[in-house]
Amino acid sequence: MSASDDRSAGGRADLNRPRQPMSAVIESPAVAPAAESPGRRALRRFLRHRLAVFGAVVVLVFAAVALLAPLVATADPNATSWSAIRRAPSLQYWFGTDENGRDVFSRVVWGARASMMAGTISVVVALLAGVPIGLLAGLVGGWVDALISRVADAMLSVPFLILAIALAAFLGPALENAMIAIAISASPVFVRLARGMALDARATDWVEAARALGNPPWRIGLLHVLPNIVPPLLVQATLAIAEAIIAEASLSFLGLGQQPPEPSWGSMLNSAQRFLTQAPWLAVFPGLAIFLVVLAFNLVGDGLRDALDPRSDKR
Amino acid sequence: MTVPALTIENLSVEFATDRGSLRAVDGVSLSVAPGRTLAVVGESGSGKSVSALAVMGLLPGSARVGGHIALDGEDLLALPPEALRARRGGAMAMIFQEPMTSLNPAFTAGEQVAEALRVHRGLAPAAAFAEAVAMLERVRIPDAARRARQYPHQLSGGMRQRVMIAIALACRPRLLLADEPTTALDVTVQAQILALLGQLKRETGTAVVLITHDLGVVADHAEDVAVMYAGRVVERASAATLFARPEHPYTVGLLGAAPRLTGGEGRLASIEGTVPDMRNPPPGCRFAPRCPFAITRCVAEPPPLAEVAPGHMTACWRAPLAQVLGAA
Repeated sequence: MSASDDRSAGGRADLNRPRQPMSAVIESPAVAPAAESPGRRALRRFLRHRLAVFGAVVVLVFAAVALLAPLVATADPNATSWSAIRRAPSLQYWFGTDENGRDVFSRVVWGARASMMAGTISVVVALLAGVPIGLLAGLVGGWVDALISRVADAMLSVPFLILAIALAAFLGPALENAMIAIAISASPVFVRLARGMALDARATDWVEAARALGNPPWRIGLLHVLPNIVPPLLVQATLAIAEAIIAEASLSFLGLGQQPPEPSWGSMLNSAQRFLTQAPWLAVFPGLAIFLVVLAFNLVGDGLRDALDPRSDKR
Repeated sequence: MTVPALTIENLSVEFATDRGSLRAVDGVSLSVAPGRTLAVVGESGSGKSVSALAVMGLLPGSARVGGHIALDGEDLLALPPEALRARRGGAMAMIFQEPMTSLNPAFTAGEQVAEALRVHRGLAPAAAFAEAVAMLERVRIPDAARRARQYPHQLSGGMRQRVMIAIALACRPRLLLADEPTTALDVTVQAQILALLGQLKRETGTAVVLITHDLGVVADHAEDVAVMYAGRVVERASAATLFARPEHPYTVGLLGAAPRLTGGEGRLASIEGTVPDMRNPPPGCRFAPRCPFAITRCVAEPPPLAEVAPGHMTACWRAPLAQVLGAA
């Protein structure tokens, strides 16, 4: 009745195959591992994932730039200058200047703030709205589930971006409204995910055991089921941030997001298209920023998926 | 005779299915005194587990429950859901068959024992955890302080079942329902867990209902036995009496089917036929179609549970069986 009665399959296999290289012996599990919290184990496995770590570094850099925009920017992003219109990148204007003589580097830096805010805030709102609704549907079942699921299905049947554009157009052009529109469009994914996992959890023995312990239903939902579905939600949320950033850029490109003259990568791309041949830097830098940050969030999401998936457990 | 901790009278459980209603439990009456173990024996589908879930109030909403279930004289079926919920895990607790999957994978063993104490005794987290470690020590988990900080996947099956027992007994329940607590464990661990249950029962005076299909377990760990067949209790006696003088033909068959070390080689004895379709049970004695001693009355009329000797009840028209066997 101690940890030592765990069968050490590795050790046994070594006995059967004496000519195995020494390394196999060293790698075989010796004793049961000391208590390691799931969070710690996930972190350890995440750090082994090189691309994911790269993605995390890029995300952190962009987050820092967004937070510290006033310090990072070399100039006022909205200050126009008639003497410096569409200048190519130089030591003075790192990313060049735009058609109104504004410093593109500073605008990209301030644009990071709009993009990161739109991405994270809208996804957080989508999580806060979608997960409880999904849990409710999965755990309560019956007509509650039917109603919630049909509404989510209806929302999912409209393409994400089209729904966001429609909602943003309805709410009026503003960054806050774009965020609300993105949050609403992103939430049915979380509703469906949380519902599915709650349904799985409802059939498990440990939920039955929790009921046998006299836990009230809300406690089972929030304290027993929710912690078990956090890992997939975290992965989905990370990937959703990447999508939300693209959505924000698209809405701003169409004039439904950040309003001029406030900088946003999407609106910068829009005005850049008229000068694509004369001043390509106007499109390259905001485009590169979108590309990098979206790629980084996707890499982090993939890394999290591998790190949190219990099936990839190699202890 | 002390006042029973649990009294079940004429319990019936009916499920609505697509093909008509199914009466899984039909007129079951049982009782357990504090500090004693009642074994409920029967094959799969005999209604053992459903009866236990009915006591806990854990049956799905589609189940219709009739009869009386009293815990310390309090009618559980008449309680509002909130009050019943407060009894679960407090006054009565249940241990499930699958220790491997009955613990929440996201929390440590100690946290899960502490949870029971927080729900029912309103203890603060730190106090509950300290008490949980003490509880893990009581179920003889070595190095309990360290084990309390481990997650279910780091514990062996036997260890997990000990944690389940610790959770169940944390609030000193009057009644413990153990639904095949050792079926998923290997034989040596089985014996340890059952011995532990016995010790804890004597220490705390908890009444135990041990649901099993293993007659060996019954002989060693229970004082009283109820044999169930197709949703009914067919025989009730003390364990000693049941093994010495089984009265119901089904019990006789069960005892004959149990493997023995002293027995010869060859096929194990089995009871001919199969369990009846519960959607359409036989009108008389439900065992009649498989019973070697059945007479016309058995097929037509269900036999009541009647006393053949003091404390020994059987539901058989042909009881006492000794006469039948003597005549044959």
